[in-house]
Amino acid sequence: MGELWEGMRQAVWLVVTLDPDLVEISLRSLRVTLSALLIASMIALPLAAVLTVQRFRFRRLTVATLNALMGLPPVVVGLIVYIILSRGGPLGVLGLLFTPWAMVIAQVVIIVPLIASVAHQSLRELWSEYHDLLISLSTTKRQRIAALLWDGRRALLTAALAGFGRAIGEVGAIMIVGGNIEHVTRVLTTAIVLETGKGDFALALALGFILIAMAIVINFAIHNLSRTETEGRW
Amino acid sequence: MTSILPLRAEGAELRFRGKLLVGPVDVSLGAKGVTIVLGPNGSGKTSLLRMLHGLECPSAGQVRWAVPMHETFEKQAFVFQSPIMMRRTVRDNLAYPLRLSGVARAEARDRADHWAARVGLQDALDRQATVLSGGEQQKLALARALIRDPQVLFLDEPCASLDGRATREIEETLVAAAAAGTRLVMSTHDMGQARRLADEVLFLLHGKVQAFGPARAFFDHPPSAQARAFIKGDIVE
Repeated sequence: MGELWEGMRQAVWLVVTLDPDLVEISLRSLRVTLSALLIASMIALPLAAVLTVQRFRFRRLTVATLNALMGLPPVVVGLIVYIILSRGGPLGVLGLLFTPWAMVIAQVVIIVPLIASVAHQSLRELWSEYHDLLISLSTTKRQRIAALLWDGRRALLTAALAGFGRAIGEVGAIMIVGGNIEHVTRVLTTAIVLETGKGDFALALALGFILIAMAIVINFAIHNLSRTETEGRW
Repeated sequence: MTSILPLRAEGAELRFRGKLLVGPVDVSLGAKGVTIVLGPNGSGKTSLLRMLHGLECPSAGQVRWAVPMHETFEKQAFVFQSPIMMRRTVRDNLAYPLRLSGVARAEARDRADHWAARVGLQDALDRQATVLSGGEQQKLALARALIRDPQVLFLDEPCASLDGRATREIEETLVAAAAAGTRLVMSTHDMGQARRLADEVLFLLHGKVQAFGPARAFFDHPPSAQARAFIKGDIVE
């Protein structure tokens, strides 16, 4: 219990004094996660919309696979991305291993199935509502996808936030592909692992509290900006 | 402007998993007037309207317009029994079909405002469509269907769950649309409404067309015992 209080005390102290190391790894955490979220959303949301309106032979199998991939073990993703980006790998020439971009790639791989699956579920319900109207208005596939993405934007935000939650707390994959290098690839989660390994539980807890606070603040901010809970809006 | 009418159904059938929903239907709808589709529940009214509109492909036979099907898309519209409201404001719901047709945003907005006023929704323009009452939603759906000046408007029991006042307002809009040259094809259970609006009647029973012709003749001289019973409000087997 004493370590919990000490962790909270240290967390407050680190924040109040704007500890340079804390600021640096917090900003890196945010940069990496938000970049991954942006890229993943650009892939997953249109993919979910296409899976909703497009009928093709292996559609159900594709959806089932996507759902199954939500449970991708991050360590395995990290290992695969590591092999692909390592010097002998197919993308080794890019020199991305042990850079923040490698961490972004790993996070994108992890959260695309999650965002796409949650988004697909929401869009499928919206499509069942809109189907007759959009067919009756003789919309093109592209117009249907645009209508679903626009009118379902608040539900899609929830999907994106689920992806953000998964990415910001991820440690296994980014530890492998990032290497937890100080001033280069160290982020909050990898720093927590490091401090725990060193036995500095108070500092590890402090970083943990800051990570949780950051996730909550970002969620509140996005909810507030998009007015998800405003009456009569979605 | 090229007319997409007449609309001809020639031996058109609609089946679902092998079960015949409606057909074979052989009817021709001319350029003007109001056709009311009558029949008890399960007689195939909705299936017929959906097939004529193009929402369902005939399982057999064909539905032919005066022009190729793809040229009819923007010239016909459908109002569903349960209005489908897009998760947008009233104004954006009204403007949506116009934007699909490439109408500029400002003009679409002006026409949306005009149509909202025509159906009495001018004070609700910035409200979310899904929070409107049932009557308001159906008026919005009707205005959205009429906003592209369709040559043909299909309506599937548009007043089914509305009170007398809302029904009267819908009917006034329909009469005005018909007077402006829009061809109406509408199903209803309301015999009074059928008598008020119909120029011709199509009576369906068990998916088959039992009668198709002028409304006055249908109501004054029902062509069959089932039609007579239906008009009287008796249960038709």
